[in-house]
Amino acid sequence: MYLRRYFPVFCLLFLVILVQVGLTALKLEFYMTQLTMSAYYTLVALGLTLLMGYAGQVSMGHGGFFAIGGYAAAVLATVGFASWVSLPAAILITGLVALLIGIPVLRLRGHYLAMATLAFGIIVLRILLGTNLFGGADGLSDIPAFRLFAGLAITGRKALRVQNYYIAWGLVLVGLLTGINLVHSRVGRALRAIHGNEDAAAAMGVDVARFKLATFVLSALYAGVGGACLAFFNGGIGPGEAGVMKSVRYVALVAAGGMGSLWGTLAVSTALTFLSLRGAFGVYDDAVFGAILVGIMLFAPEGVFSLLARRNRPGNAQ
Amino acid sequence: MSRALLEVNSLHRWFGGLHVIDEVSFSCRAGIVKAIIGPNGAGKTTLFNLIAGSLAPASGSILFDGRPTGGLPPHQIARRGISRTFQATRLFPRMSVLENVMVGRHVRTRGGFMASMIGPALMGPGEKRAREACLAVLDELGAADLAGRDAASLAFGRQRVVEIARALASEPRLLLLDEPACGLNPAETEDMGALIGRIRDRGITVLIVEHDMSLVMGISDEVLVLSAGRRIAEGAPRDVQADPQVVAVYLGEADA
Repeated sequence: MYLRRYFPVFCLLFLVILVQVGLTALKLEFYMTQLTMSAYYTLVALGLTLLMGYAGQVSMGHGGFFAIGGYAAAVLATVGFASWVSLPAAILITGLVALLIGIPVLRLRGHYLAMATLAFGIIVLRILLGTNLFGGADGLSDIPAFRLFAGLAITGRKALRVQNYYIAWGLVLVGLLTGINLVHSRVGRALRAIHGNEDAAAAMGVDVARFKLATFVLSALYAGVGGACLAFFNGGIGPGEAGVMKSVRYVALVAAGGMGSLWGTLAVSTALTFLSLRGAFGVYDDAVFGAILVGIMLFAPEGVFSLLARRNRPGNAQ
Repeated sequence: MSRALLEVNSLHRWFGGLHVIDEVSFSCRAGIVKAIIGPNGAGKTTLFNLIAGSLAPASGSILFDGRPTGGLPPHQIARRGISRTFQATRLFPRMSVLENVMVGRHVRTRGGFMASMIGPALMGPGEKRAREACLAVLDELGAADLAGRDAASLAFGRQRVVEIARALASEPRLLLLDEPACGLNPAETEDMGALIGRIRDRGITVLIVEHDMSLVMGISDEVLVLSAGRRIAEGAPRDVQADPQVVAVYLGEADA
């Protein structure tokens, strides 16, 4: 039973190593920079999958949490706090904001929750733009590297490109593994029950409000880790990370991955974010993600992989 | 004489200007099947929702095992040992039958977000025991073969049985069944009656709202009759059936 659950994780680990070895052998190491960045964005999408796909609660404001993690880490590191203080503090701050926002906002459902979280993202964006401490429209740059140990650091320096690729994908593997454990647990079942029918879940003893809030905070923590690490990796962060289109993008990735599929999100997010970072969509970048969201909702509400599954399933009338 | 497991005192609840539950008092001994009957709109389901915590009483008290539960949220009432089914079955879609029943096991298992994320190293043994307990419940209800099926794909009658299994998985002391025979054919209704009898024989007190009179009279130890939010009769099925007020209400006479 556990073999079936964890075997794909080992396959992914193997694939991560294979890609690195292949890129190094082919002298295409520069691709690893975008693969590292897409790993951090994928972390956000994984957290959002737990919230949207399992607990059934939409958030159109996860770009805001990503930005809070990133900016908090950037400010703290720039002010001179040690790496091992600034990163945990940044993650903690993200979690606290999520807790304070989540308590009132999660009373809302459906469209109303979507609007409230959307508004939250906009508030974060305007605060970042209007505050000198956060560098206004320019954002923050020259953030000191996050020193791990023995010369290892989260930084964009070319000399540490391979190491950073592994750090980022190591975090994705941890995020994926803990996510998989969660969804297969008592808590995961309770979340899916909430998604299915809140009244029935409550009647079975599930503290609906508490579980929703905890999942909201957890998904914000995934986003905070992604934001903080990417800020260190890039040595900077801009207000665009809190933009509405960034939040919509995460929702699109989760929807395209099949809503309730960590693996689907991982595959879609890695591929599309990588292409986007390589500039494959040009000036139409945001339009592409918007179009993906519309297309998924119209033609494949169960995600892109359901299209393949449907074709292969025998005796399906549709 | 066993003491009352559930005690409802002068319970009151209104929606707008309508008194849906009007000064209702009754009690339910442990180990019996008690039916709540009455015409449509009598307030039966509202009474259930008040006991289960889906609604808060406007006034009056509900004591479960001597402790007040009126106004507590449903998940806390579930923890005290009251479980329920719904008039229109509310199984969790996109989950297997076994997973549905395991949600019912929620109050009997431990482990929050942290422990769950660390995984089988911490949660494994408890998870295994929960699975076995739930399979045993399904087996007892003759639904073991459904364990792996998608809950939403089941025939209506089977969904009912699974919903009862889900409620029983929490090992409740009081089980609330809201119209368990509604939508069932006569054969299924007969099976349902036998099932309710078996549940009582396990020592679980059953409170049932039901329209099917032959089922009610066949399985109930006591009957409570509501009309327009008020208690109009209470007692053994035979006595209640002979009560002129009850007869009047069911025949639709004006001076009920």
